[in-house]
Amino acid sequence: MAVAATRERPIRGRSLGSFSWDRFTPFFLIAPSIVLIAIFVYAFIGYTAFISTTKWYGIAPDYTSAGLTQYIDLFGLPRFQADVSNTIEFTILFLIACILLGFGSAVLLDQHVRGTIFFQNIYLFPLAISFVVTGTVWRWIFNPNFGINLLLDDIHLGFLKSPWLADTRTALYGLVIAAAWQMSGFCMAMFLAGLRAIPDELREAARVDGASEGRIFLRVILPLMRPITLSAIIILGHISLKIFDLVYVMTFGGPGYATDMPSLYMWVAVFRQNLYGRGAAIAMVLLIMVALLIVPYLVWSLRSEDER
Amino acid sequence: MSTAAVARSPFRPARLITYALLLVVAAFYLLPIYVIAVTAFKSFIEVSHTTPWQLPSAPSLDAFGNAFTTLAPSFLNSVLLVVPATLLSALLGSLNGYVLSKWRFRGADLVFTLLLFGMFIPYQSILLPLVLVLQKIQLYGGIPGLVLTHVVYGIPITTLIFRNYYAAVPTEVIEAARIDGASVLGIYRHVLLPISMPGFVVVLIWQFTSIWNEFLFAVTLTLPDQWPITVALNGLAGSLLAHYEIQMAGALLTALPPLVIYIVLGRYFIRGLLAGALKG
Repeated sequence: MAVAATRERPIRGRSLGSFSWDRFTPFFLIAPSIVLIAIFVYAFIGYTAFISTTKWYGIAPDYTSAGLTQYIDLFGLPRFQADVSNTIEFTILFLIACILLGFGSAVLLDQHVRGTIFFQNIYLFPLAISFVVTGTVWRWIFNPNFGINLLLDDIHLGFLKSPWLADTRTALYGLVIAAAWQMSGFCMAMFLAGLRAIPDELREAARVDGASEGRIFLRVILPLMRPITLSAIIILGHISLKIFDLVYVMTFGGPGYATDMPSLYMWVAVFRQNLYGRGAAIAMVLLIMVALLIVPYLVWSLRSEDER
Repeated sequence: MSTAAVARSPFRPARLITYALLLVVAAFYLLPIYVIAVTAFKSFIEVSHTTPWQLPSAPSLDAFGNAFTTLAPSFLNSVLLVVPATLLSALLGSLNGYVLSKWRFRGADLVFTLLLFGMFIPYQSILLPLVLVLQKIQLYGGIPGLVLTHVVYGIPITTLIFRNYYAAVPTEVIEAARIDGASVLGIYRHVLLPISMPGFVVVLIWQFTSIWNEFLFAVTLTLPDQWPITVALNGLAGSLLAHYEIQMAGALLTALPPLVIYIVLGRYFIRGLLAGALKG
């Protein structure tokens, strides 16, 4: 489903009949939502931006101006530097895992074998589950002494054993696996919809021209997947930048700062350490990172809607 | 590979490979389910042994009893949160979708874009003012404040889904009702609402699942006796550290309502999911 559902020509109040108060009804219907979003999204973001330029530390508000010192201090903090590199590394690995797994399973499900629906339902069910549930279960699976390591020994894959969440070098990979387990089905659903939209005539035509199946896949199918891949990267990428629940439940940023992320540090700074000004600055950095990804996408989506 | 090609050749080694790969991927997705199942039915004594991957030797429901006793109050909190929040945001979304698809005023596209942006923001960027405002209006700490929060931040996605849904209704139908003298609200009630069921199903399922599963607002805005189930489940890990059997039973209990919905109405769930991608 897309924004670009076929849009019918809308009615303009002006075009019909004489003046009536009913012309204003649509405005009254939508006004509460507009007011709520104006306050809860835009005014609140403005207020967060304002707090990020104050010295506010502690429970009592302190609006003494700090200029941009919160931001300057932030980028000098080892913890925040770790956060930024963690969030980038996590996002890249998470995207690669989701796209490979999602595209791979979509191709498998598109082979028209019996039982496709059954497998599709299995691949998609993690999307219905809370990150908190996912985190609780995967934390147990990654227990170095009781979890997956014992299973790997049993099935003679002992060389894959790892300290997982207990070690600063591997903890992030544990998070990536759990997050990809939960979200890769989303990629699969997008790719599968894309693959099913390719008309059979296109493949037939290529076959008639003497192209091998492998060549058709590389030269016809893959290029058609490009816009879907871009959409998946943007949607999953922004989810990845915002990821909070899974980190909170599985590692709470540890060990050390090995899996700390801006989304978690903002929460800790404000609600555990009372560093309101710093927390607001982290929130603004996070918002800017997400906006850089989302705003061009929104404009692109809504524009191509108008062109259809 | 076309359907015809498969029909022509009933057996091919390629299909065996396809099945093998499908099963390997399925095993990965089902691994946590297996872990939950074998752990939750064990006793505490057995969970402490180093045989976590084996089936329980004497299956017991004790862990479920314990998890249920501990989580029941927060399960109820979640129900009290999800039902009103889901209904209210579906109603708002439906009205907004109606106006934005059928009564497009000047600047409607800009309004719609600005609304949509609200569903992509990291909620950390509004969290501090939200807490301060909820405290000021005496709604901090409990379920009513959380209902308000979810209704407000649910507006973008519910509006998006309904706007797309109503866009497919021919404008001629609306114009005909208009000429017959129907009012703006009358058209909504007598023309659109009767055909809105599928749209409502998608939105209700989507909102129910998202709000039930949500954690950031829940952990920030509620005090312990008002915790929704996701926060309480995370709390189990702290209070019952080594009791993995209770944690897994609790995880299953938390996952159950959305899972039941997914199993019964999965088709509609996937539609809600892909709506968030804007370009399907």
